[in-house]
Amino acid sequence: MSDTDLDPTHIRSPIGEFWRRFRKKRMAFAALGVILMLLAVAALAPWVAPYGPAAPDYDAVLEGPSWQHWAGTDTYGRDILSRLIWGGQISLTVGFVSVILGCVVGVALGIISGFFGGWLDGLVMRIMDVMLAFPGILPAIAVVALLGPGIVNVIYAIAISSVPVFARLVRGTTLALKQSLYVQASRSIGVSRTALMFRHILPGTMPAVIVYSSLRMGTSILTAAALSFIGLGAQPPSPEWGAMLSDGRSYLGVADHITIFPGMAILITVLAFNLLGDGLRDALDQKLR
Amino acid sequence: MLEYLIRRLAGTIPVLLAVSVFTFAFVHLLPGDPARMVAGPEASLEQVNRVRTELWLDRPIWEQYIRYLDQMAHFELGRSIKTHEPVSKLIGERFMPTLWLTVWSMVWAVIAGVGLGVLCGVRRGGWADRTAMVAAISGISFPSFWLGLMLIDLFSVHLRWLPTGGYGTWQHFVMPAFTLGSGVAAVMARFTRSAFIEVAAEDYVRTARSKGVPEQGVIWTHTLRNALIPVITLTGLQFGFLLGGAIVVETVFTWPGLGRLLIDSVNFRDYPVIQAEILLFALEFVLINLIVDLLYGLVNPEIRLK
Repeated sequence: MSDTDLDPTHIRSPIGEFWRRFRKKRMAFAALGVILMLLAVAALAPWVAPYGPAAPDYDAVLEGPSWQHWAGTDTYGRDILSRLIWGGQISLTVGFVSVILGCVVGVALGIISGFFGGWLDGLVMRIMDVMLAFPGILPAIAVVALLGPGIVNVIYAIAISSVPVFARLVRGTTLALKQSLYVQASRSIGVSRTALMFRHILPGTMPAVIVYSSLRMGTSILTAAALSFIGLGAQPPSPEWGAMLSDGRSYLGVADHITIFPGMAILITVLAFNLLGDGLRDALDQKLR
Repeated sequence: MLEYLIRRLAGTIPVLLAVSVFTFAFVHLLPGDPARMVAGPEASLEQVNRVRTELWLDRPIWEQYIRYLDQMAHFELGRSIKTHEPVSKLIGERFMPTLWLTVWSMVWAVIAGVGLGVLCGVRRGGWADRTAMVAAISGISFPSFWLGLMLIDLFSVHLRWLPTGGYGTWQHFVMPAFTLGSGVAAVMARFTRSAFIEVAAEDYVRTARSKGVPEQGVIWTHTLRNALIPVITLTGLQFGFLLGGAIVVETVFTWPGLGRLLIDSVNFRDYPVIQAEILLFALEFVLINLIVDLLYGLVNPEIRLK
């Protein structure tokens, strides 16, 4: 214990307190490190990847892992490790963009719904209920069926299916915060409704939103990979991880590494976001457990 | 109980209507002329016009919707663009394989999940607990299609013990059911563990222990029975997850179920089939939630009195 801990006038900032608790969650801390590393590698792909994502080498087709090709090569002799690194850009972009889109829309709907209540609340929440009535990957498939296959449409599809998750979560928190003393006090001194919603209530919903965003990143990356795997997402020449897996399934038993490495990439990425989400939940808010 | 049943059934009606609006709107949301989309790319102008009249696409939208509801009530789901067979027939053929797949996946998930969860709850903090919980969070993060491919690689390609895919004998069920159920098993394990730990801290468990009930009795009778109530709810909710997951797993194992029919239809732009399938999946999900709620009301009187 340091001197500052004993000093009664020293009050820890909420962020400092969060950081202190978060560092104790070793798994989550390690997961954060893995995520930062994945982000760095994906962002620096042109410099880090040993080969281009589409560079064929017909002298080295379907080769297992070697010193030249650490993760082996595929049917066109393309270097799998390089494709995984380039593919990381796609998976992480899809994850971040779809979660941010779904989160912004969902949070806005949730706050407005919870704050105003009444028929507006009823209407918004019933629509969210209906969206949640389509299980799992189905809403994403429905959206892709409408818009056509392709990675950009996959982003919209996943964002749309994330909206009700965030809306419900934030509506619940908003209902609780609306009754809290500090919001009632702000209201009584004449703070405008917009300011109440976005300056006073919104920050209070953030801990839960951050936790769900991390968990949702994992789900979104998994869903995007699944859609590409079944042929509705990124199309073949793309080094998207799910699409690479789909390529490899014809070569099981002949060249297992084509299937093994993309799967590991998906697993590690999704696991890291899930572990981070778990750790954040423990560190940010005891009530969320 | 009867009042609760009626109230709960009545609550489902708006959701069902809203779901039907979504699936009805589906064809109208397609970019371009819905009649052209339904008739297929090779149809002549005459055929497209015939489809327009047949589907009432030239009538006002509310008339179309009323007619759609009427048809749904009679299981008239239109004809497939690809095979020209009635959609109800196509779906009928694929229904049982998917149902059996989800049922066996659930059996495996409940046995593994609850078993593991109780083990972890009893040996809380021990090495078995920690290993199992790491396994559980990995299980949630595991891409099911990858797990399926790895199993095929090991058991079909290398060991030649099980068929790579298809449908028929019990051997065909082993890998798909394991693959589909594993994610749910992981969720169940985590949930059962925390439910078990929560109940184990209750006063009546301490009372049981202090009056000399043997440890086995404390675990099985006093703790587990009460911990299982929320687990029942979760089991129902996870059925929906299995239905969604089946879409992907069926693709991996070339399973002749609803999921693969849906993917094939999306790839072929067979809109009448897609529309019917989306409706069917949502209906099943709403139905399962209803059954879970009713069961829960039966187990827990507090709920139905609210």
